[in-house]
Amino acid sequence: MAKMVYRDAVRKTIFQEMERDENVVVLGEDIVGGMGTAGGPEAIGGIWSTSTGFYDAFGPDRVIDTPISESAIVGAAGGLALTGKRPIAELMFADFIGVSLDQIWNQIAKFRYMFGGKSKCPAIIRMVYGAGFNAAAQHSQSVHQILTGMPGLKVVMPSTPGDVVGLLREAIREDDPVIFLEHKALYGLSGEVSDDPDFTIPFAHARLARAGEDVTIVATGMMVGLAEKTADTLAEDGIGCDVIDLRTTSPLDEEAVLDSVEATGRLVVVDEAPPRCSLATDIVALASNKAFASLKAPPQMVTAPHTPVPFARELESAYLPDPGKIEAAVRKALDYR
Amino acid sequence: MQLSREDLLQAYRRMKIIREFEERLHEEIATGEIAGFTHLYCGQEAVAVGVCEHLSDDDKIVSTHRGHGHCLAKGCDVKGMMKEIWGSQDGLCNGKGGSMHIADTDKGMLGANGIVGAGAPIAVGAALTAKINGKGHVSIAFSGDGACNQGTTFEAMNFAVVTKAPCIFVFENNHYSEHTGVDYAVGTNKDIASRAEAFGMKVWRADGTDFFAVYETMRELLEYVRAGNGPAAVEFDTERFYGHFEGDPQRYRGEGELDRLWAERNCIDNFRKKVTEAKLLDGADLDKVDEEVLTLIEEAVEEARAAPRPTPDDVHKNVYISY
Ligand SMILES: Cc1ncc(C[n+]2csc(CCOP(=O)(O)OP(=O)(O)O)c2C)c(N)n1
Repeated sequence: MAKMVYRDAVRKTIFQEMERDENVVVLGEDIVGGMGTAGGPEAIGGIWSTSTGFYDAFGPDRVIDTPISESAIVGAAGGLALTGKRPIAELMFADFIGVSLDQIWNQIAKFRYMFGGKSKCPAIIRMVYGAGFNAAAQHSQSVHQILTGMPGLKVVMPSTPGDVVGLLREAIREDDPVIFLEHKALYGLSGEVSDDPDFTIPFAHARLARAGEDVTIVATGMMVGLAEKTADTLAEDGIGCDVIDLRTTSPLDEEAVLDSVEATGRLVVVDEAPPRCSLATDIVALASNKAFASLKAPPQMVTAPHTPVPFARELESAYLPDPGKIEAAVRKALDYR
Repeated sequence: MQLSREDLLQAYRRMKIIREFEERLHEEIATGEIAGFTHLYCGQEAVAVGVCEHLSDDDKIVSTHRGHGHCLAKGCDVKGMMKEIWGSQDGLCNGKGGSMHIADTDKGMLGANGIVGAGAPIAVGAALTAKINGKGHVSIAFSGDGACNQGTTFEAMNFAVVTKAPCIFVFENNHYSEHTGVDYAVGTNKDIASRAEAFGMKVWRADGTDFFAVYETMRELLEYVRAGNGPAAVEFDTERFYGHFEGDPQRYRGEGELDRLWAERNCIDNFRKKVTEAKLLDGADLDKVDEEVLTLIEEAVEEARAAPRPTPDDVHKNVYISY
């Protein structure tokens, strides 16, 4: 085990997999940084520093710096994947899926099914999502609810450096298109990572981040840390929370959620996306359908409001879920009747 | 060239407002007081002002992520903008948008944009309104050299040609998209105007660091578009002096590149030199403008600091429904 920050976990895992498998290629805007400038390639080394040193190590055929052309990037990843490569495309900000939506939704997500299962599309579209930097409505969104609703895509939302390594390696070795969502506020988060070069975390295997018997809190990405903090606070009051980190929203580890809800009888879902037609409503529906008899209180949702992400500091804090809001929801579930 | 003394002073004043507005932001951002991502327009002032001096509030512009210059040139309130960038409740967009999303539709400024390439189709729509209304108004899409690689930009150009929309595509080629050079990213080896030409548009090219070249080019181009000839495009060769965003160390620049640009391609210095040498204005006239502008910016910053902050309830305002 070594300590590593989330950002380095991304970079090192991709680098190792590129060393291991020559079919792995990366592409994206400014991923080399400095192409066509006096400073030269690697002058910057990727806008998020998740591809620094790649170009020098693997060259222009496998590290493809692209123009600002998201449709072309995602579509090309699809074409590379259909023809034997394992592309990892970077979309820089998850918000930019808007530009490339047809290629994600109608193309790469549908190849395997439309072609009768005869083709593979081992493409990864990595993107950086989430609020917390006052980057306002077009650079702060959580887009997992949109992508999770698209059949054909696998959607991964790691919350720790260790999970980044295991889930990203799994994604790279996977034969289906994977959306890999990195939270921008987690990039500096430090944690233990496995040294085993073949360590992977299978999809649809949720992680029990805290164990407790009174309430189940389900979360993903940055929300997991907030839920853990809340659970620690509540533990001081003798309230025990199961905190379930879903890790992947598609496929979903239904069993982990249902087992916990059956044991606690109370559910709080924490989701950074707006509330309608969301991961939160999905998990609540799951519990209502399949664990109805166990529920002792109406499931609670702690989500962003049904608005775009605002700019000003005060507004963004009011927008985001936080431990105070999660605690209130837990107490509401406990106080029911 | 029929620019009166007043016209020249106004053009200089507007360029200077943009420059000082941003120089001040550059300082304030370093202190951490301003939140979010900020992209400075410094260096490109002659383009925004040379274009917008020809426009009325009924002519529309659509801007980019580097939008302060376009907003200020189009007449957006300096203090309202500063307050917005500070995230105040009475900023131009009530603190909801910030630097990247400033808009002021009363001034014909239809929004800066955080999505590269998103502006051009919107500008075509505004141009179609102008065409339907038939009063000779136009709409301008500002785009960078990077944005010209987006499908949206291509689609917008073709659409405008097909519909003869009075839309003007202004490409500001500052040679960089983020940290990548135009020679690498643009397949025509920098000649962006030739792309517009390929869609069937009449195109112009000019030095974007020379206010007079921009102004004169736009005069001709606007005459052509306002006469009902459909869209047109122009590529201005220009420079940005600061990083892609505030905090960018610009390691992709060549040695001495920035010093040379500040010395030789500085549109404000060049303007001063031209008008004083031609004895159109003297140094004292310009110095007076400088002083006024500095006072204005100082006031804007003080007011932005003191302005009311948004409250949590404001999050829900301006959405059609809350859950
Ligand atoms: C759709 C989309 N892709 C990528 C980005 C990230 N991004 C912001 S500005 C920029 C470069 C834009 O370059 P250019 O159009 O030349 O404008 P300049 O920054 O030079 O003014 C990029 C890639 C974005 N905001 N939107």
